[in-house]
Amino acid sequence: MSTLWRVAEVIRGVPETESSRTIGLRVDGLNGNLAGQHIDIRLTADDGYTAVRSYSVATAGMDELLEITVDELANGEVSPYLVRDLMVGDQLEIRGPVGGWFVWLPTDPNPVQLIAGGSGIVPLMSMIRAHEASVNPSQFRLLYSLKSPEAGFYREELLTLNQGSPKLTVDYVYTRKVPEGWPMAPKRLTAETLLASILPADMAPDIFICGQTMFVETVTVWMVQAGYPAASIKTERFGGTGGTR
Amino acid sequence: MGIISSGFHGKRRTGNPALPPGQYETPSFPVLTAGPAPYIARADWEFFITTETGQRRAWSWDELLALPQVDIRTDIHCVTSWSKLGTSWRGVSLDTLFADVETTSEFTTAHSYGGYTTNVPLQDLLDGQAWVAWQFDGEPLERAHGGPARLLIPHLYFWKSAKWINGIELMPHDVPGFWESNGYHIYGDPWREERYS
Repeated sequence: MSTLWRVAEVIRGVPETESSRTIGLRVDGLNGNLAGQHIDIRLTADDGYTAVRSYSVATAGMDELLEITVDELANGEVSPYLVRDLMVGDQLEIRGPVGGWFVWLPTDPNPVQLIAGGSGIVPLMSMIRAHEASVNPSQFRLLYSLKSPEAGFYREELLTLNQGSPKLTVDYVYTRKVPEGWPMAPKRLTAETLLASILPADMAPDIFICGQTMFVETVTVWMVQAGYPAASIKTERFGGTGGTR
Repeated sequence: MGIISSGFHGKRRTGNPALPPGQYETPSFPVLTAGPAPYIARADWEFFITTETGQRRAWSWDELLALPQVDIRTDIHCVTSWSKLGTSWRGVSLDTLFADVETTSEFTTAHSYGGYTTNVPLQDLLDGQAWVAWQFDGEPLERAHGGPARLLIPHLYFWKSAKWINGIELMPHDVPGFWESNGYHIYGDPWREERYS
């Protein structure tokens, strides 16, 4: 892990949804990252003003390349620039990859349940990609809660993996708009739907949950109440609490 | 100075001298926790201090509330770069809780319900620098923010202000706690930007 600022070159910029973009970076001297880690990005304006934000890494390579997916926040300071203005060939500064807790290692033996709310999919996608690239045979299951089909990240890749990978199952919950032909109306995730869509507690899965604070809080409470040991649940949250306290 | 992003202008929220380097001010109160928030009933809650000789002092919830209470107004700084300025807390100073504790240890490990730990030098807990806080903004501390009570050590990054505090163990050596074992700095001074190890 490096905690010094390093120069990263933008080598790719692909819209993921209407409000988000996947950005590929090449970082000299980077020696890969663990699945689930994040990096800090520092932007410097031409008068020296700087702003730093953390972004989860979506990939899990072992080289100088990594990708992040940035969702533009209304009224955000850094994300609008990264989603709208940054261009291939530009440089920026990064610190990390950082984090040794919310990570999945290819040597982890247990089945894994991933639960993503919206853009919380990003570090979980890193775990899925690391798992697919490894010989680790453990079962992965992803529950992805989305406002609408159009809001999904990595749609083609997840579709392909869900159909083709023997190690991964993907379940979707749509909260505002469902795909054509979907058997259910859109609705908020409930405890009942959650528990019907994840690996059972008796399989003793390792659980990773990432999303906005309220989503993560709600889901973890349901899971603990349903008998999943608190020690098996790792969470990562983003965004405020929605209020001023 | 590093790389310039000429199209980037930013919002200039960091001109405030109350903000440590690399921090931005937020009006909200984000929640960052490694896992589920534990439930602790006040009737079951206690706060302990143990020393290297095996001395153990403990306070129940009612005993904590019977101690002198202080109001604290302070800025808090999270390692993930947000700072919240002028927050209001109420709680018990660790000076009060350590008043009758005899020790030669220079380090401590704070233990939380749910298993979280963080290491703090003893001198950073004393002299009006740290509290067991149970009120935020005049209201009981919410569970998501560490209720019934959390440590409040605002001069260090906020992961040191352990939520769901259960007690403090005096330690002969500085032993890394949870985040300190997972890539974060052993001490965590925001003014020296001690984020990562």
